[in-house]
Amino acid sequence: MGENMVKIAVYPPNSLILADLLERRGHTPLVLQKQIRQKIKDPEIDSPPMNITEEDPIKGLKYAAIEVPSGVRGRMSIIGPIIDEAEAAIVVDGAPYGFGCIGCARTNELSIFLLRNKGIPVLELNYPTNQDETYVMVNQINEFVDSLEQTAEEE
Amino acid sequence: MWKVKIALVSCGTEYSGIQKEIEKAANKFGAEIILPEIDLDYIDESYEKFGFSAQSSSLKLMIARAMAIVEGRSKPDAVFIATCFRCAEAALVRNEVRRFIQNNTRIPVVTYSFTERTKADELFIRMEALATTVTRRNILAREKQEGLTLGLDSGSTTTKAVVMENNEVIGTGWTSTKDIIESAKTAAAEAFGQTDYDWDDLDGIGTTGYGRFTMGQEFGAELIQEELSVNAKGAVYLADCQKGEATVLDIGGMDNKVITVNNGIPDNFTMGGICAGASGRFLDMTSRRLDVDITELGPLAVQGDWRKAMLNSYCIVFGIQDLVTTLAAGGSKADVAAAACHSVSEQVYEQQLQEIDIREPLIQVGGTSLISGLVKAVSETLGGIEVIVPEYSQHIGAVGAALLVSGMGHRQDNK
Repeated sequence: MGENMVKIAVYPPNSLILADLLERRGHTPLVLQKQIRQKIKDPEIDSPPMNITEEDPIKGLKYAAIEVPSGVRGRMSIIGPIIDEAEAAIVVDGAPYGFGCIGCARTNELSIFLLRNKGIPVLELNYPTNQDETYVMVNQINEFVDSLEQTAEEE
Repeated sequence: MWKVKIALVSCGTEYSGIQKEIEKAANKFGAEIILPEIDLDYIDESYEKFGFSAQSSSLKLMIARAMAIVEGRSKPDAVFIATCFRCAEAALVRNEVRRFIQNNTRIPVVTYSFTERTKADELFIRMEALATTVTRRNILAREKQEGLTLGLDSGSTTTKAVVMENNEVIGTGWTSTKDIIESAKTAAAEAFGQTDYDWDDLDGIGTTGYGRFTMGQEFGAELIQEELSVNAKGAVYLADCQKGEATVLDIGGMDNKVITVNNGIPDNFTMGGICAGASGRFLDMTSRRLDVDITELGPLAVQGDWRKAMLNSYCIVFGIQDLVTTLAAGGSKADVAAAACHSVSEQVYEQQLQEIDIREPLIQVGGTSLISGLVKAVSETLGGIEVIVPEYSQHIGAVGAALLVSGMGHRQDNK
């Protein structure tokens, strides 16, 4: 299974549940926590709580123009590299805060657009509202992951 | 030690890399930043109650934090509301949340729209204003001047002095700023010269402006206060708008200030000073080119039509060149004067007024408020809104300082 490992971006990009589902299947979820962990482990930077400095929104210019608010560009400086690295993506729409949340609707719009336009397999789901829908969602994710594994094997 | 608690109600400060700058600015004035604690259910509940359908969840969180303050779950001394510059959704929520807190509590609020370039220096004056509003609420509540007081305003280009007695301005002084102390003494001497009083007769001295600390120390001032609170207070006092909302506009010789005020207390502020074309200096140059005194430029501009003069640039070099070309082609001085006023007003609008929610009435102050053509141009640029130019508008900081220090100084009692 390890050989067929696929780097999968999840959205919301800090969803622990989605990350866990993918890790159980032996894939690499691309999530915000890993990006942030790298930043806060850097002893050179002292800008709590997330060690984002004024340089980060400037790095975000790769994904959004200068006229875009700094908060969007700062977020994109962390999410953008995840999108760049992604070989597949799972996007969950309408999720409550507890499921994962980046806080900014404009960042959501841009990130999801970039994922859709990357030419990679993207599974888009609505957040489930009852137990049956939850089963359906988990099954859809598993089927999607199976299809990725088959494609990887064929290659 | 007791610290002023400032609640941060914001969206994206941590993602813009400016969280640390906000905390640094607050700490400088003996304040600390707190985040109103709330749970997830409370976010939905407050959001429903507030009624603004924001898409961004951080804005829902902002609304919930504001609700927690209004409902007393969180008890800060002051509130700092900040959102990203150029975000329409956040600007709407920022202003509605500000109004919500101001209408339902007596907690002072300051708002700000930031970029990643926002540094602690830019935030200092806002935090100082917030911290002093909390610790000096009784002073800012003053609506009437009493006794004999002197207000000194040491600005970057001019120093102003005002002597007030029993709620009346009785002497004014003005000089260009050179040595801070000497200039203050010159301005004060001019003001005292119009009265029967001198330094020894004063009950109190208030200082403001860039040189406020230096002057305050030298003269043993009872009040040393940043110009944000002082100018706002001076403007609403002179314009008789101490209750309700207002905007104070000061187009200065070097920098411009726009302050929004609620019940006499400033709650937002923008300051610019990077372009001479958006300052009084542009009008000074124009009057020299037209060979008229600066005092004549305003009435001349009022008679003219800016549309008849060609002005393709806001720049103090190229814009003035355009005006000269218009004159050479037989254009009238009045049209050129009107075009210059229109140019400054339009650029102030583009650079600064767009950043702030303009509330009527607009009170225009500072030396340039005496140029009637500029006042007319500002009103036109803002869609014909009411612009008030109060008496003594050019001495606004000094009037504010003289007003606020009254009741604080007891020099005569102590003699």
